[in-house]
Order: sequence, then structure tokens, then C-alpha cells
Amino acid sequence: MSSGSSSISAPPVGLGNQPVLEVTDLAVRFTRRGEADTRAVDGVSFSVAPGETIGLVGESGCGKSVTSLAVMGLLPKRNVQVSGSVRLDGQELVGADAETLRGLRGADMAMVFQDPLSSLNPTVPIGTQVTEVLLEHRDMTRKEAVDEAARLLDRVGIPDPLRRLKEYPHQLSGGMRQRALIAMALSCSPRLLIADEPTTALDVTIQAQILELLRELVVDSGTALVMITHDLGVVAGLCDRVHVMYAGKIIETADRHELFARPRQPYTGGLLASVPRLDSPRGAPLTPIRGSARDTIAWADGCAFAPRCDSAQDDCLTEVAGSTVELVPDGPRRELRCRHPIEYPPAPAGATAPGAAR
Amino acid sequence: MLRFIVRRLLQLIPILLGLSVLLFAWLRALPGGPAQAALGERATPEDIARYNELFGLDEPLVVQYLRFLGRAVRLDFGTSARTGRSVTTEFFERMPGTIELTLFAMVFAIGLGIPLGYLAARRHGSWVDSTSVIASLLGVAIPVFFLAYLLRLGFAVELGWLPGSGRQDVRMNATRITNFYVLDGLLTREWDAAWDAVKHLLLPAIALGTIPLAIIVRITRASVLDVVNEDYVRTANAKGLATATVRRRHIIRNALLPVSTTIGLQTGLLLSGAVLTESVFAFGGVGSAIYEAIGARDFAVLQGFILILAVVYVLVNLLVDISYGLLDPRVRVR
Repeated sequence: MSSGSSSISAPPVGLGNQPVLEVTDLAVRFTRRGEADTRAVDGVSFSVAPGETIGLVGESGCGKSVTSLAVMGLLPKRNVQVSGSVRLDGQELVGADAETLRGLRGADMAMVFQDPLSSLNPTVPIGTQVTEVLLEHRDMTRKEAVDEAARLLDRVGIPDPLRRLKEYPHQLSGGMRQRALIAMALSCSPRLLIADEPTTALDVTIQAQILELLRELVVDSGTALVMITHDLGVVAGLCDRVHVMYAGKIIETADRHELFARPRQPYTGGLLASVPRLDSPRGAPLTPIRGSARDTIAWADGCAFAPRCDSAQDDCLTEVAGSTVELVPDGPRRELRCRHPIEYPPAPAGATAPGAAR
Repeated sequence: MLRFIVRRLLQLIPILLGLSVLLFAWLRALPGGPAQAALGERATPEDIARYNELFGLDEPLVVQYLRFLGRAVRLDFGTSARTGRSVTTEFFERMPGTIELTLFAMVFAIGLGIPLGYLAARRHGSWVDSTSVIASLLGVAIPVFFLAYLLRLGFAVELGWLPGSGRQDVRMNATRITNFYVLDGLLTREWDAAWDAVKHLLLPAIALGTIPLAIIVRITRASVLDVVNEDYVRTANAKGLATATVRRRHIIRNALLPVSTTIGLQTGLLLSGAVLTESVFAFGGVGSAIYEAIGARDFAVLQGFILILAVVYVLVNLLVDISYGLLDPRVRVR
């Protein structure tokens, strides 16, 4: 149907440094009759350049998955309000009609989901599930599509692809299934790939393989990659730039090395400190962030993280001088939403261990 | 696969043995008895004794049972006390009627039930949905003989649109080949005979198909509601597939798995005799035959028909299990 631009694989950083995806002030509200509206995503802005990998990081329920579904246009139409702007290669997607989005999904933007078993149709052979994308978006005969599907499976590291094409999802291992899903997502060389916790349901050893595969594919094809994750290990291994989300808003943005070396938001610091470390002494307690994501206040009333924050002061919990806590520039290529960020002595850059944040 | 089928067929043996013992004991425990039924209330004890001797009913029960069993394995269930004809012959005359009726009823139930159930699910919460839920509840709750009676009264007796009894107008004088009247009409090119048989099938089929229809609507609806929220439907949409492809390959295909089981079980139930519906419409199938045989204490017919129907039921269920494996690769029998 709408093959065109997608079938020509994009040259890495071909369009100058025009971002592939540009999200501006995106907001998603769930409205239900008789209930107060829920703002799942609230004024989120970010952009991704060709070949760049960004991470959207946060706990369950922080709005990272809803953000990705809003970008893809996959949120249900009933009881959901999306506002703001999502531009894919300059084309506005918010408010675009269903057929336009359908033509872009799978071809120009694709998504890999969390649980590979439930994300594959159990009653349809893997081959059909790969070829159906090709037949939909690319001008191919069935025979060509099957050949291309085998080539794709081979490319994502599935051995004996011709046999696997005839098999059903339950006959594949977890890692194979995720590889197959990645093959489907990449089948039309999309400009944008969104991976929503692609390794969460997998064994640790398989996780590393899948991440490595994603990294290679991004480098090879110049695809812009958005990694949605709560796993800082994934971020450390893959992302160029990181946006930390909390309660529907971005609260800290930084390049990966900067973020790991000097987290400024206490929440980011807490996330880093709560990662179990192999070099900590035996029996040393883990350091979780206290409370849960439900202990929150509305952003209009101050900082949503304040009830769980060790650095919180009075002005975090009440609206001061009529202004909410804003996301403001915080040094080169950094942004921060915090009134009392973690301060660092002007020591040699990068010398601070992440654990020292607390 | 073959081993699975053979194992299931072997399981039939204990089922049939148990059933035959039960049937045999139960029928003999009924008050009255065939002699009384055949000779009338004013028969003398001598008449009854002679009748029993003639049909071997005076022998010990065990002997009677073993004799019955010995003949049954050769598909000989004796002769009907009422008509004096072979039970097996009677069965093969009656069964085609019931098969035709079941087919029509299930076509009605499936053809209407799956689209209705799908529509109700996709318009979840709308008037289409609530109407179909309420209507299907009514469909399950209404006694089938009552519905059959109402249909007959309305469309046959009052309006006169459709015939209200029998399988075909006797004046048709149609040629019989297979005893499937519609099929016979088509084979012999007696189109009006075939059409007349179809008209005779319509009302009983609707009456009989109502419960399966209601069940199919409900199961399809619930199943589609489940499936549209599955991750793989989201994946299909994320791949930008056409709406029709998502619906056919990813929603309906999976939603029909539980529906297919229901269809199989309901077909088995209908095939094993729609006693009430067939009686209301005086439809000459196995159901009305059993009804008549009970009234006449016709042991041979009852035993024979019920045992054969048990075999039919088990075979239909076996078919359901096999077809389920074809539909769902996860349960495919290796």
C-alpha cells in the first residue's frame, strides 16, 4: 500500500541532523465518565535523530509505555485524549486519520513489545506473521515475501530460517520469539523503532544477545531507536541519551555518561543507588527508593516525587509563588525538574561513583 | 494421531457396556412392560405370559442381557414390538431425518450466532450488545418444547406459511434413495420434493437451533472481547495491517477456538435426538421414535436407539477433539 519511502533503507544521518521523531508537549488523558481524568502523560517533549538511541526510563506506571503507544497511534480512541505534537520525519501524527497511521505503522515506524510469547499470534505460523507485514507495505509477491522473511530471520540470528517460518510461536524459545518480533518490526526498514522493555521477559543471557542485536541493527540501518525500560543496565549498554520519567513528566534529561556519573534529580539518584552491585559487601542492605509510585501528589501541587524524596523541603510540597516545578536547562545538554537537586563538589569530572549520590 | 483415535475408540467399549447394563436394568424396572403395552389393559395374565414367552421375556434377566449383547455386537437389536420390523432398519430410516434437522438447526445457529456475537463484542456496551445479551439469555432460558409449540401455532397453524408436521407432504410421493429427503429430492431432480422437505425443516430447525444459537452468541461475544485485548492483536495493529486482516487472521481466528468446541458439543447433543422438538412437529427422526417407543414400552427400540446414539455422540466428540487440534497448533496431537 504505502511502500514508497520506507522500502529504500535510510542512509545513516542522511537528512542532515533532522530528527526522525520529534515529540512536543505530548499529553495523554484518560477520561472516564464519573471519574476524574487521569493524566498518564503530561507535557512530554523529546526528539530522536537518525541512528540515535534514547532511553525513556522510569518505574511502572510513569507513562513511558503510554507515550510510546501515543506515538504509534495505538491508544484506544474511546476515553482517551491525546494532545501536543508528534512528528515523524516532519509529518504530524497527532490527529492524523486512521488510514494514514496504518500506512506508517510497520513501514516507517515499528514497535517491539515486552512479552514475546503473548505478542505473537499462537495460531498463525511465524512465517505468515512476518510476510503479512511485507505484503501489506511492500510491493511483493508471496514468493518474494517468503524469501525476504527467511532473509530477515537469518539477519536477526535465527538459525534454519526456512524451517522456523513454518513453525508456531510455542515451538520457539523465548529469545527466538523476540528475535522473530524484531524481524517483523524491521521488515520494512523503519525510520523509527520503539522497543518497549524488549528484554524484561527473557533470561539474562538472552537479554544481552537481544540488546546487542538491537544495537547492531540501529548502527547498520541508521534507525532511530527509542528504548523504553526500567532497567538501568539496558540504558548503560545502549542509550545515547536518557529521559527519566516520573508520574507522566520528564524529570531529568542527560547524556548517558553524564547521567550515570552525576545524577541530579534525587529520583534518578535513587534509581541508580537501588541497582544491586556485585562489589558491595556481602549482606549489605539494598537501598530502595522508599514508598511506591502511588505515593504521589499532583504536579500542580508541587513535585510529584516529593512524598518519597529524601531531599524534599517545604517548597517541594506546596506551590510556591504560583509556579509548578518546571523542566529547566541544567548545564550543557542537560535538563532538570527539581528545586533541590543533588549537588556535586567541583571535583574532577566523572570521579563521583553513582552510589555516592545518597 | 492414529493411536489417539484408536485409544478413544477403545474407550467406547466400557462406556457402551456400562450404558447397556444401565439401560437394560432401568427399562425392566419400569412399571407396565411390553406385553401390557402391546395387548392393552384388558389382557389376561395368560395372554401376557404367552406374549412374554414369545419374545423371550420370561427368561432370567442375565440370560436376556447376554442374548441381547450377543446380538448387539452384530448390529442386531431385535425387532420392534410395535411395528414388528428390525430395530436397525428403523434406525437407519429415522436417523437421516435427525441428521438433516441437526444440520439445518446448526447452520441457523452458527450463521446467525457468530456474526451477532462478533458485532455485540465490537459494539461493546451499545444497544446491539445489550439486546443480543438479553435475547440470548432468553434463548437459553425458554423451554424448547414451548418455543416449538409457539412457532408451530404461529407460523403453521395461524399464518399457514410453513407446514407444521412431518418431514414431507405425503402427496409428494417422492422417490426415496438415502432417506435424506432433501438430498433425495436433489438427486432425483424432484425439485419440488426437495423444496417441500426444506420447508418442513425450517420451523423445527429454528426451534431446535435456538439454544445453540444463544450459546454461540454468548461464547463468541465473550471470546472476541478477550481476544481484542490480547497483545498479539496490538502487535498486528502495530504492524499496520489492514483492518480486515487484523479482524480475520488475528481476532476471529483465535476467538473461534472456544466457539468451535461449543459447536461440536451442541451438534452431538442435537444428533442424539431432539425428542421434544421432533414430537411437537411429528417429525420422523430418532427423537420422535424414542418418544413413541417409551409410550409403547418398546424395549428393543429403546435399547438399540439409545446405544447407537451413544456411539454417535462419542464419535462426534472425537471429531471435535481432532478438529480442535487442527485449529489450535498448541494442542495438536503428536
